[in-house]
Amino acid sequence: MTTDSMTSRAQDAKPIGYWQKMVNDWSADKEAFQLSWGKLMMWIFLLSDTFIFSIFLISYMNVRMSTTDEWPLASEVFALHVGSANIPLLLIAIMTFILITSSGTMAMAVNAAYSRNKKLTFWLMVTTALLGASFVGMQAFEWTKLIVEEGVRPWGNPMGAAQFGSSFFMITGFHGMHVTGGVIYLAIVATKVRLGHYDQKGFQIVEITGLYWHFVDLVWVFIFAFFYLW
Amino acid sequence: MSEHAEGQQHPIGLYFKVWGLLFVLSTLSYLVDYFQFQGYLRWSLILLFMFLKAGLIIAVFMHFAWEPVTLKIALFLPILAILVFIYFIAVEADYTYLNRLIYSLGEP
Repeated sequence: MTTDSMTSRAQDAKPIGYWQKMVNDWSADKEAFQLSWGKLMMWIFLLSDTFIFSIFLISYMNVRMSTTDEWPLASEVFALHVGSANIPLLLIAIMTFILITSSGTMAMAVNAAYSRNKKLTFWLMVTTALLGASFVGMQAFEWTKLIVEEGVRPWGNPMGAAQFGSSFFMITGFHGMHVTGGVIYLAIVATKVRLGHYDQKGFQIVEITGLYWHFVDLVWVFIFAFFYLW
Repeated sequence: MSEHAEGQQHPIGLYFKVWGLLFVLSTLSYLVDYFQFQGYLRWSLILLFMFLKAGLIIAVFMHFAWEPVTLKIALFLPILAILVFIYFIAVEADYTYLNRLIYSLGEP
């Protein structure tokens, strides 16, 4: 930044305001985003991913609003038998808590990484990955139950509107693939942290990995609300 | 840039608080279904808990609250396009629904 041109604008004494800061960032003759490229690219990727999941959820809204058939009751479809009781959405609730817990361990891994505690970072990331893997496992169980026991197919189901199956498999399938990809990503970065590959470069990669993982949790918040609860 | 060189410096307690809040909010949104609230009460509660959870995850876990305002605006503005899109597709869905009703009633 050319400091002499900035100070000549007679604003040197005043602290820079919120919006003034943005105007300065965009109008200065340098890069607008004062972030490392890796982090910025992850944010931009997540923005594009937001659009992808939005399109899935919006198309789900469209088919649910426009169907004249009865929409299957998610609360009953996803109920789980425990003993003789039928608890609604039990498995989905457990999956939600698992994903939130994994987000918590991920946040702590980022914290540990910045205090350069490699061992703790590694184990927290491994814990996050294992929680993610158990989430995918439960999803596999849920899909199996839905396909084999309830007879849900992408083109129809015995409970009501045919669009239920296609929306469900598309949305949760794509999310499950994101979780799976995240588990692999976490495993790779955790191993590289352990091996000391970031000792020179710094540990921002853990924060970037964390951004992706929290995003996967974020998407689940919306799927949980719109698909399972609505 | 000094802040980014050092990385995130928040007390670990902040993460535990947010974690706890997310657990509470998830439980509350589950209870909305468990107690079978219906109608506008159900929908507004679902949306309220959803936005609170999403806000906490983005602001604290994803560190968004402490990012430069330039990034915040760049990421926030495109989201408005999604809202417009939701409106367009909802209008379209209503139109399809009405046409299906008319068809099933057997009008010429």
